[in-house]
Amino acid sequence: MDSRRDFLKGVLASSAAITAAAVSPPACARETLSRPVEALGLLYDATLCIGCKACVAACKEVNNNPAEFSTVDKLWDTPLDTSGYTFNLIKMYRNGTMETKDAEVNGYAFMKTSCMHCADPSCVSACPVSAMTKDPVTGIVAYDAGACVGCRYCVVACPFGIPKFQYDSPTGKIGKCELCRHRTKDGHYSACAEVCPTGATLSGRTSDLLLEAKRRLALKPGSITRYPRGKIGGADQSYEGSVGNYLQHVYGEKEYGGTQVLKLSAVNFAKVGQPDLPPTSSAATSETIQHSLYGGLIMPLAVLGALSFIAKKNVHDEDDSPANTGGEK
Amino acid sequence: MSMTQHHNTSPAPVGGSLINAATLVCSVLIATMAAILLVRFFFGIGAVTNVNDGYSWGIWVVVDVMIGSALACGGFSVALLVYIFNKGEYHPLIRPALLASLFGYTLAGGGIFFDLGRWWNFWHIFWPGYVNANSVMFEVAACVTAYIVVMWIEFAPVFLEKFGLHDVKKKLTKALFFFIALGMVLPMMHQASLGTMLVVMGGQVNPLWQTPMVPLIYLLTAIIIGYGVVLFESCVAASAYRRKIEMHLLNPMAKVMLGALAVYLVVRFADLLVRGALGEAFKPSFVAFAFWVENLCFLAPFLLIGSAEARRNPAKLFLAGIAIMLGGILLRLNGFLIGYGHHTGSGWTYFPSFTEVMVTTGMFAVEVLGYIIITRRFPVLPREEAQVAS
Repeated sequence: MDSRRDFLKGVLASSAAITAAAVSPPACARETLSRPVEALGLLYDATLCIGCKACVAACKEVNNNPAEFSTVDKLWDTPLDTSGYTFNLIKMYRNGTMETKDAEVNGYAFMKTSCMHCADPSCVSACPVSAMTKDPVTGIVAYDAGACVGCRYCVVACPFGIPKFQYDSPTGKIGKCELCRHRTKDGHYSACAEVCPTGATLSGRTSDLLLEAKRRLALKPGSITRYPRGKIGGADQSYEGSVGNYLQHVYGEKEYGGTQVLKLSAVNFAKVGQPDLPPTSSAATSETIQHSLYGGLIMPLAVLGALSFIAKKNVHDEDDSPANTGGEK
Repeated sequence: MSMTQHHNTSPAPVGGSLINAATLVCSVLIATMAAILLVRFFFGIGAVTNVNDGYSWGIWVVVDVMIGSALACGGFSVALLVYIFNKGEYHPLIRPALLASLFGYTLAGGGIFFDLGRWWNFWHIFWPGYVNANSVMFEVAACVTAYIVVMWIEFAPVFLEKFGLHDVKKKLTKALFFFIALGMVLPMMHQASLGTMLVVMGGQVNPLWQTPMVPLIYLLTAIIIGYGVVLFESCVAASAYRRKIEMHLLNPMAKVMLGALAVYLVVRFADLLVRGALGEAFKPSFVAFAFWVENLCFLAPFLLIGSAEARRNPAKLFLAGIAIMLGGILLRLNGFLIGYGHHTGSGWTYFPSFTEVMVTTGMFAVEVLGYIIITRRFPVLPREEAQVAS
């Protein structure tokens, strides 16, 4: 009975310690991070997208990615989802007769799938070797294959299912959009925005893109407005078009603490594959727990000290070892 | 309760032939695994597994590493009883439990290489220039590695005895208390963190398994599984080697296990109630079904060995040990695979391929083979009285 009581006391005491650390708002609570001031991103407006997939082709080209086939004849690049070799994809929502564009019932709509460049990315928090990093200035979430161990915790962690792995190669890498950071030194910006004929994908600073998104949401559906193309703050390629029937929601403004890629849609975001996310990031929760339990190694060292003390007392009692007991005989 | 003198049960090699049906089967399984791994290392993970971008972690991670290491907690759980709660009578259980832990962990640590897509960079996990201390994975990797080293040190007296290096052993014994303490702190840390690994996955993990309390849930179950495994192993070793079951130890230990299990179930269901997540368990889904199977496994020991009389029945102890192991296995499978999934309409599914399963099987075969060889040749299992007399 004693052993049980002592043991339970121990279990309860350690449970209480961990519970206290995990539940009470700890001193080292890690808040959800927000976007850097100069964060770069994209604004995707589904009502402007015509599904031409010029952005998909351009993305393949500038990232030197091979074509992926989903048809028997294998005539051209037809990926069905983003992958280790496809970083950007336009997916289609279909319902009923598919008569009307951007209608939820008997309609169809497009949605861009690519990295959202989260303000507080799960992949960056998950990566054990800093192969996923967030640029402190541009906020671009970048991948370094030279650092990566291929554990794929980023793949499992991302709420958007973005980092993907090349499973068909013995030296596979993670593949994801890095906002064309390798092309900025030549004066280029995101290829998907560069080639978009309707300005459905627009490049720029996220703060500017957010203003543009809110401007559109404030307009009367059906009225005429000017839509910029390419890059906000770049050469003027704007044109006049009619205002879509927007949902009053800038997707990415607040999700998980905000993302640098923002989206507008007329069809419910969950229905076009955009997950419903809380305003706090799971990276913040995860790191708060880790820092509370292991911050400065205070708790582990305290436990180690206590256990060493007790073990030292108890080890001597009984077994300086079978060799000794054997000797006594 | 009558207690035999534990000094009589100092460990001794079991002896006997190393070539028998069990070791032959293990060898075939290990050779099969080696062949599959050859394909994996030349043609990529996709060539032999069904992992995909929706389920990037398959059984090589969840079973070989997460479940494998949890099932290897016997050494840690028994050490907790013997050295912290000063229950010296359990001492004969230490070495066999530690040996199983040693194998379980060494293989879990080694097995991760099969799944690492860029394994040649593995040292980055320990290199200051690369380390991301915010990563739960980093904490797990560092602690597991340290623990494997500590366990080999803890187990070293067995080899030192065998090779007659008594001076070295004496020196090691003086510092052993520190390694014993480390050997408890490290598994506490990473077994808790193995649960915390779910947290960053956010809403992709069903609320039945996604909770800030997950480190405590994983830690408590790891300790309990440790006792379950010892019950299981003691019974298997006794029957395989035709030895007496250490009932005078297993009976009270089973009682300790039930106590810890009761604490766990209170924590588990209190957490579900407080978070309002229990509703998920009543949806007509496979995930809800898996949740109930998991928890019925954790409840089963109370029915099986709740009474003192039942605890004197080796068959019931054995079954209770299996129930606990199954519960712990399901808790981990449910969190990382069955209750995990991308958001609406992603269409990804995962079920392990035959070759994938054969690698996992091969890993367990390495463990069994190693256990047989070491217990037959090294002083691990308690000396049988008959043997002492002869």
